Amino acid sequence: MEREIVIIGGGPAGLAAAVEARKNGIEDILILERDKSLGGILQQCIHNGFGLHIFGEQLTGPEYADRFIKEVEKLNIEYKLDTMVLHISSDKTIQAINPEDGIINIKAKAIILAMGCRERTRGALNIPGTRPAGVLTAGAAQRFVNIEGHMVGKKVVILGSGDIGLIMARRMTLEGAKVEMVVELMPYSTGLKRNIVQCLDDFNIPLLFSHTVVRIHGKERLEGVTIAKVGDDRKPIPGTERFVECDTLLLSVGLIPENELSREAGVKINDITSGPVVDESMQTSIDGIFACGNVVHVHDLVDFVTEESRLAGRGAAKYIKKELKKSDERIYAKGNGGVRYVVPCIINSENVDNEVNFFMRVDNVYRNVYLCAKQGDTVITKVKKQMVSPGEMEHLKIKREVLKQIKKGEITFHLEEV
Amino acid sequence: MIDVIVIGAGITGTAIARELSKYQIDVMVVEKSYDIANGATKANSGIVHAGYDAKEGTLKAKLNVMGNEMYEDLCKELDVDFIRNGSLVIAFSDEEMKHVEKLYERGIRNGVKELEIIDGEQLRKIEPNISENAVGALHAKTGGIVSPYELAIALAEIAFQNGVKFQFQTEVRNIKRREDYFIVETSRGNIEAKYVVNAAGLFADEINRMLGGKEFRIIPRKGEYCLLDKTQGKHVKNTIFQVPTSKGKGILVSPTVHGNLLLGPNAVEIYEKDDTSTTFEGLDEVIKGAQRSVRNINLRDVITSFTGVRATPDTGDFIINSPSKGAVNAAGIESPGLTSAPAVALMVLDLLREQGLILNKKENFNPKRVKPRRFIDMNQEEKEQALKENKLYGRVICRCEHITEGDIINAIYRPLGARTVDGVKKRLRAGMGRCQGGFCMPRVVEILARELKVEPEEILKAGEGSKILTGRTK
Repeated sequence: MEREIVIIGGGPAGLAAAVEARKNGIEDILILERDKSLGGILQQCIHNGFGLHIFGEQLTGPEYADRFIKEVEKLNIEYKLDTMVLHISSDKTIQAINPEDGIINIKAKAIILAMGCRERTRGALNIPGTRPAGVLTAGAAQRFVNIEGHMVGKKVVILGSGDIGLIMARRMTLEGAKVEMVVELMPYSTGLKRNIVQCLDDFNIPLLFSHTVVRIHGKERLEGVTIAKVGDDRKPIPGTERFVECDTLLLSVGLIPENELSREAGVKINDITSGPVVDESMQTSIDGIFACGNVVHVHDLVDFVTEESRLAGRGAAKYIKKELKKSDERIYAKGNGGVRYVVPCIINSENVDNEVNFFMRVDNVYRNVYLCAKQGDTVITKVKKQMVSPGEMEHLKIKREVLKQIKKGEITFHLEEV
Repeated sequence: MIDVIVIGAGITGTAIARELSKYQIDVMVVEKSYDIANGATKANSGIVHAGYDAKEGTLKAKLNVMGNEMYEDLCKELDVDFIRNGSLVIAFSDEEMKHVEKLYERGIRNGVKELEIIDGEQLRKIEPNISENAVGALHAKTGGIVSPYELAIALAEIAFQNGVKFQFQTEVRNIKRREDYFIVETSRGNIEAKYVVNAAGLFADEINRMLGGKEFRIIPRKGEYCLLDKTQGKHVKNTIFQVPTSKGKGILVSPTVHGNLLLGPNAVEIYEKDDTSTTFEGLDEVIKGAQRSVRNINLRDVITSFTGVRATPDTGDFIINSPSKGAVNAAGIESPGLTSAPAVALMVLDLLREQGLILNKKENFNPKRVKPRRFIDMNQEEKEQALKENKLYGRVICRCEHITEGDIINAIYRPLGARTVDGVKKRLRAGMGRCQGGFCMPRVVEILARELKVEPEEILKAGEGSKILTGRTK
């Protein structure tokens, strides 16, 4: 079958992109979603705190998803559930499969990649010890508890202060489990401050910075973990080990954009974000393949995923309508001096509507700094920040007029002391 | 009363069971764990060795070469993937080159075919990613790779389809001798058998004692491994060994039949036979050792690490003998045990004959196995046919390995099918990919519970006591 826009993934990114593409005049849109319902991981995020930026109110994950699902339904956007995309090629042919249609081959004019991300595992960390039941990622535990209604343990240690881990600390506590502690390798949290307050502090769950799990114990079911303090080199300090009894270890140690399909298609991937390199319209290195949401870089807030995905939806619509301008005059955005990466990193100012919102993460905790964008030595814009941390995504907006003036060259993003 | 009881369902026990299933006798395999291949067979290098390592005249040397030659036909018959990818023993100095020459000569004396010594230049031509420091190598073209647990499962399935009974969660506690039979006392009651085969792996010394055999000891020696994602599977083509030391064949770098890259093992003597824990130091040793042989291994692609325990005999060689009348040991089967298994089985049968077992061939023995066809492995036509027969082939459960619900249901209903999450993983590789079950494990639990008609809370990861869920939410 032939389609104008095919969207891979029906989570918040895919939904927002679909709605926006339709609002920009594209009739023929198909969303492919691997789970049994639209909404993606939001469906298992039953806590609130979603939507403050986009809707000005606090919604739960399913509520937030529902707003977009309703819109998709209202706009009659076609979607297929229970459908797994197996292959994408650079000429934008897609092979997918589901129980109803069997194998589906689609030739798309434009593709929007919105596959989200997956959790880092114990294997990736190479945590030594035995391999019992009771060691799982926080997200897998969240699915068991919130979707399937099963408890995964009674006495819990959480490794990593990523947001899902923090949320699960509270959730497990509310379900009657005892969460002994959260241990974080870094000297700062990788999750949002508000989650530390609302999920740990409010329940007297200790958060140990500069600590890690050095050994997993137990033959069949987890019996405990050995934790240790780590030095500045993040290596365990001998003599600081102690045993903590628990039957469950939840891992919340980072998320990795899921780009196996993107790689197969030949999309250029940024080494730092592990996501596609994208331009101002969220277009990847392949014409007509767009990407948005956590598949591009891992976000803290779904609101920003939505914003970015609308951009991708608009970009894809323009592409179909042949309104997306191509030019050799491009601006390259780069991180520098404390800024690890910037998204988007290629700007064609002709295609910018009002402004570009540059998203970035810093490489450490800094206090009292300017976050600034520069062209050479000239400051384009800067904002003062009391504190920046790798756990909280930063952003900086630059107006279309400014970008048009720069037209080509490089913009670098830095942290500077006040 | 049965004719033969085989203790242990690892690679040795299952190979023996398959061999016995060709004859008109009643055979039962008892296994203390929950599944086939849960001991040393589960976690080892998966190498089919050429046979230049073992000292000439030993059982290891003889059975290795013999076993290696049997692999092609065996794996074809069993529909198990086997690749003769070749082995390289690389030397870093002229000193080590001398050792390589010794291995070459020993290989020739052991009867190993297609052996050659190559220089650094030839080596780099075959393996561009080999260390700059390597000066030459022994190249054994008959070296191969196989999945040890897949092979054991296949052997067991053949045995089962030809009438061998299997009983899991059945631990042998004592063996009593009667006039012309044995009473094998197990955790699930007594089993009477005329002949006993000891293929108990790490615990073979204990079974030998129960059988009244001459004392030997199995010294558990663990080996730690790192497994890398399939993105790294083509980093080397051959299995890369270093020159062996007194502790063993050293750390290897090898592709696996599934296309991953495997690093390991080290060799550490341990006190507990079931200590399958990994350590910081051990994994570090493995990584450093691998990096010594091969350049640019991308460690960001490590997807898991694990430990296997070798059943090392204190005699230095395989112990294949009769400990007492009516009994046969197949003990101390450490490396090259996987390679030797088919030959070990033949030798065990000879010993059983010597003990008086009469073996008359079955006329209807069916040697052919068709492996569980995973949807992903089918061609377009087969896929469409499979989807017509069962819609559930269209539902992908394991995203990394593209394992469908139809595949999982098949694995559950096959003879000796999967009953645990790890059982599904072993048979299909669901949960073995880069996300390590993060997404599919909850769904595998759900499918197992539905098909086995139990509550999800009853589903185990691997063995008794390894429950994944602890109850319902409030």
